[in-house]
Amino acid sequence: MRIGCPYCGERWNDEFVVLGDADAMMKHPAEATFALFYDYVYLRDNPAGRHRELWYHQGGCRQWLVVTRDTLTHAVHGVETARCAAQDIEAAS
Amino acid sequence: MHYSLWSVLREGLSGGKGWTPAWRDPEPKAEYDAIIVGGGGHGLASAYYLAKEHGLTNIAVIEKGYIGSGNVGRNTTIIRSNYLLPGNIPFYEHSLKLWEGLEQDFNYNAMVSQRGVINLFHSDSDRDRYVRRGNAMMFEGVKAEYLDREGVRSFAPFLDFDNARFPIHGGLLQRRGGTVRHDAVAWGYARGADQRGVDILQNTEVTGIKVEHGKAVGVETSRGFIRSRKIGLACAGNSSRVAAMAGLRLPIESHVLQAFVSEGVKPLINQVILYGAGHFYISQSDKGGLVFGGDIDGYNTYAQRGNLYTIEDVFEAGMAMWPGLGRLRMLRQWGGIMDMSMDGSPIIGLTPIDGLYVNCGWCYGGFKATPASGWCFAHTIARNEPHQLNAAYRLDRFATGHLIDERGTGAQPNQH
Ligand SMILES: Cc1cc2nc3c(=O)[nH]c(=O)nc-3n(C[C@H](O)[C@H](O)[C@H](O)COP(=O)(O)OP(=O)(O)OC[C@H]3O[C@@H](n4cnc5c(N)ncnc54)[C@H](O)[C@@H]3O)c2cc1C
Ligand SMILES: [Zn+2]
Repeated sequence: MRIGCPYCGERWNDEFVVLGDADAMMKHPAEATFALFYDYVYLRDNPAGRHRELWYHQGGCRQWLVVTRDTLTHAVHGVETARCAAQDIEAAS
Repeated sequence: MHYSLWSVLREGLSGGKGWTPAWRDPEPKAEYDAIIVGGGGHGLASAYYLAKEHGLTNIAVIEKGYIGSGNVGRNTTIIRSNYLLPGNIPFYEHSLKLWEGLEQDFNYNAMVSQRGVINLFHSDSDRDRYVRRGNAMMFEGVKAEYLDREGVRSFAPFLDFDNARFPIHGGLLQRRGGTVRHDAVAWGYARGADQRGVDILQNTEVTGIKVEHGKAVGVETSRGFIRSRKIGLACAGNSSRVAAMAGLRLPIESHVLQAFVSEGVKPLINQVILYGAGHFYISQSDKGGLVFGGDIDGYNTYAQRGNLYTIEDVFEAGMAMWPGLGRLRMLRQWGGIMDMSMDGSPIIGLTPIDGLYVNCGWCYGGFKATPASGWCFAHTIARNEPHQLNAAYRLDRFATGHLIDERGTGAQPNQH
């Protein structure tokens, strides 16, 4: 599996550390209810197919990235920096 | 047909013409008293104990492929009950006790081999950690033995005791741990369940779960709708996908775990040995191949194959523990999809939907749990409440904060 880092180019995935579901972890709801907190910490869609996830390029530029990857084929469909993704999420909410 | 020495002799002399299929291949009925989704070890064991212990025999096990095609036929076959936390030890010990009587119970040779499991430690603090675990086991009446360096050497002289980075200081031994022929477990439970009237529906995929007024009423399958008021999900790596059919989100991520087998050699390693400095475990199969594995790859996946860097990592750990391993060639390698839970412990219990029960979150360790998992799940489904042994494994423990985190790594499934 190879990931195209916007800064470093295409690299083997052993240079990266994966954290998990980006949409679940990058949400910043206006109010912090218990139900939302439980959802944020524990519940995951865990889809079979396209999945947006947080990867950290530890062995390279040390930036956080949002990688869109297919969990059935391991094909990478898109990579953006977490900073850009966060701005998009904020603009949409 | 009852299997015995006599049946083997009789069939041996008559050219094996009297053997009959070990289970039927029935047509689905319109309605069952209970349905188990997933014909892996846990699903088949659940059906077996529902029939045997609770007298429910109008049951179906619905499996999308063939039975044993999932993790029950892909694991490295280690059984043990050397856990640390209160919720876990009694459950896994119950499982080990069921393993000890299983072959007589279901009249099938599952090759249960209590060859001993040794966890190595490599520093003083590592030793203290294992002594604590051993003490926790003994509190619950489970025997654990402390081995010093020479004790470990008497079992496994070939290990690298003087490794510069991770010398071996000793080990924790559980003699009753060992290995079991994994697919024979699926076959034995399937045959035992079938003999008690359970329908095993292979090549039948569940595509939907019907819920009316908060109650489960049946499942859509590739062979039509099947009604039932009790539906148990035991879908291991596919748990999130199947639970989503009933609108449930689970505290689960799916990850791949790989396993490896070397060329066959004469008896070389008599126990199961677990490396403490990295994540690596090894034993020898009856055919002579060394069977081993290590960490999951770490990213969400439903593809039953892993990546090379994990293979490199596993082999490095293996070489550090046992340099002689490098003289053997690897024959086979494969992957299975693990249902990694948010605290590293399983879930067996009720759901917010009436009549829908869930059994998942087995991480690396579900094979050893197969008998107890089926036993507890059957109890939970039949009585509509958990048994004391699985009471701690409730689905809502994540919301109430009653986590069972053996490894202490928090809600990070790929770290468990
Ligand atoms: C490489 C590897 C090594 C392992 N080593 C060990 C070990 O040494 N010791 C140990 O204790 N554990 C080990 N495990 C873990 C253990 O194998 C699993 O936790 C356990 O087998 C899971 O339960 P199961 O047997 O019911 O799963 P499975 O056999 O995977 O059963 C689930 C079944 O559900 C079916 N299913 C899914 N979706 C549907 C649907 N929609 N409709 C119908 N059926 C469906 C699947 O086809 C599958 O057959 C290992 C796992 C792997 C992959
Ligand atoms: Zn980079």
